[in-house]
Amino acid sequence: MGVRNAFKALAVMSMIALPMSAAAQDKATIGVSIPAATHGWAGGMNYHAQAAVNRLEEVYPQLDFVLATASDPGKQVSDIEDMMATRNIDALVVLPFESDPLTGPVKRVAEAGKWVTVVDRGLSEEGIEDLYVAGDNPGFGRVAGEYFRQRMPDGGKIVVLRGIPTTIDNERVEAFQKALEGSGIEILGMEHGNWNRDDAFTVMQDFLSKYPEINAVWASDDDMAVGVLEAINQAGRTDEMWVLGGAGMKEMIKRVMDGDKMIPVNVTYPPAMIASAIEMTALKFVSNAPVSGRFIIGSVLITPENAESYYFPDSPF
Amino acid sequence: MTDATTAGTAAVKTGRPSLDLHVIGPIVALLALILIGALMNPNFLSYGNVTNVLARSAFIGIIAVGMTFVITAGGLDLSVGSMAAFIAGLMIIVMNALVPTLGTGWPTILAGMAAALAIGFAAGLFNGLLITQARIEAFIVTLGSMGIFRSLVTWLADGGTLSLNFSVREVYRPVYYDGIFGIAWPIIVFLAIAALGEIVMRHTAFGRHCAAIGSNEQVARYSAVHVDRARLAGYVLLGVLVGVATIMYVPRLGSASSSTGVLWELEAIAAVIIGGTVLKGGFGRVWGTVIGVLILNLIENILNLTDLVSPYLNGAIQGVIIILAVVLQRQKKATR
Repeated sequence: MGVRNAFKALAVMSMIALPMSAAAQDKATIGVSIPAATHGWAGGMNYHAQAAVNRLEEVYPQLDFVLATASDPGKQVSDIEDMMATRNIDALVVLPFESDPLTGPVKRVAEAGKWVTVVDRGLSEEGIEDLYVAGDNPGFGRVAGEYFRQRMPDGGKIVVLRGIPTTIDNERVEAFQKALEGSGIEILGMEHGNWNRDDAFTVMQDFLSKYPEINAVWASDDDMAVGVLEAINQAGRTDEMWVLGGAGMKEMIKRVMDGDKMIPVNVTYPPAMIASAIEMTALKFVSNAPVSGRFIIGSVLITPENAESYYFPDSPF
Repeated sequence: MTDATTAGTAAVKTGRPSLDLHVIGPIVALLALILIGALMNPNFLSYGNVTNVLARSAFIGIIAVGMTFVITAGGLDLSVGSMAAFIAGLMIIVMNALVPTLGTGWPTILAGMAAALAIGFAAGLFNGLLITQARIEAFIVTLGSMGIFRSLVTWLADGGTLSLNFSVREVYRPVYYDGIFGIAWPIIVFLAIAALGEIVMRHTAFGRHCAAIGSNEQVARYSAVHVDRARLAGYVLLGVLVGVATIMYVPRLGSASSSTGVLWELEAIAAVIIGGTVLKGGFGRVWGTVIGVLILNLIENILNLTDLVSPYLNGAIQGVIIILAVVLQRQKKATR
């Protein structure tokens, strides 16, 4: 019967070349718990989560999704407890707000025999999750650093804007500095712009007052790049330097596509990684494809040549 | 009672020979910061840097002038940061929507400015009515509206960023970046509002009523002060000033998101208190607030211009200086 169902499903969805397993006929509920859209990247992540859920619900009628967004770690813990108690979920896809407070609650979900997929921020204890999907933070810094090297073979003077002081930021900056070692590129100053446009604007204004010569800026984030560009514009020093942001905001990708001199390239840290995690978790229930393990989404350099495939005009980010 | 003493102080302020720390504390702190900055970095006193710092101070400064009245009257408003983000978001939406009918020039921008003032007025009225008519604590009302405004702007922006139409932005941009006689518009607006605020606080019935209410509400009531009306006016004034601050803020980056104006309310309150206004109410000093705002912004500027401490410690340095500035002026205040 399972096999027959599988063939029926295959016939209906001829576009989807997935082998259907015996589990295909069973209803499965997948809970998705993510932080609320409180900044640009999270907004994009929410958009892609919703898009993935909509797509999968249409393609696999046997899958149910519960999507909850939380504005703080406490709310996220309650969301997960509610999903367990009232929706009887079979799997949980979670992007933890913070690692420590979420480790216990997610562990209890795993202990109850549910499938657990953790996205982006790891838990504080190893071996809880069945699947880990994340971006490559050291890679994010390394790819940026390598571009600076290649672009400034004779060295130069740069300033760096850092994010909110976190492990993520530390990993990125360390890898960036390592990639620059021995290149003759001098980092004049590093300050925290907190992944915020206004803070980045202020920090860059002060960098411009402090240093008479700056050849390039690693803004390390597209929101910060917006503030940085405005400050450079105000100081009238647009011909002097270029800016590398990161994370692939659509406006920035557009400028890369258009060959903007000040925004030559971008580095990905895709908010759509939540979609990868949801899709892979769904595969576990509708196919025989093995999906457990670690899946690290590489950070790649977006250049005018490949920018089009990273441009999502409908996404808020 | 305090009303009478402060009015007296104002009248004889210029002629008083003895300098007490209570009055000059904030000024001493500001001068010390300027001296430190000038010694640390030669660019500190350059035209560009001074303009940057003053223009940056304008948003919080304009809001803090309004906050001075609210605090003087014994109130508090925690919602101003979220309100600024909300007004900025709506203002951008209004202007973008008007582009097809009014074009990308000044009519659209003036309509956006009017919208910002109207929304600020309405938001202030909302807070004020709940506080004065429904008799709910100001702390609770504005804590609630802080969450409401912040969520609304996140919702309006769909979690992302609201961006102003590009051509409108090009026309609007000079409102932040240009000025007259080399003084940027935000600085002019900030100083004008501060001067007006000082006059209103010292020389109008409304200003004196605020101090009277904050000092002793019952006594003010028996003295035929319209307590509710004056307090409501304070919140409405603050709302409108948040609108004015937003008008200066939007042309800077041309965007609003849920991270706009985060913690502005605390910066504004800190500036008011550093400036010598009493948090419990009863005494307010608008010129002190201006100095408080400048102190807060100078600290950040100096920390960015020098490599004295690890950037991780910036918040700690700011905290120490805020407390020091208040300690300096509170020593003589035991009598108060």
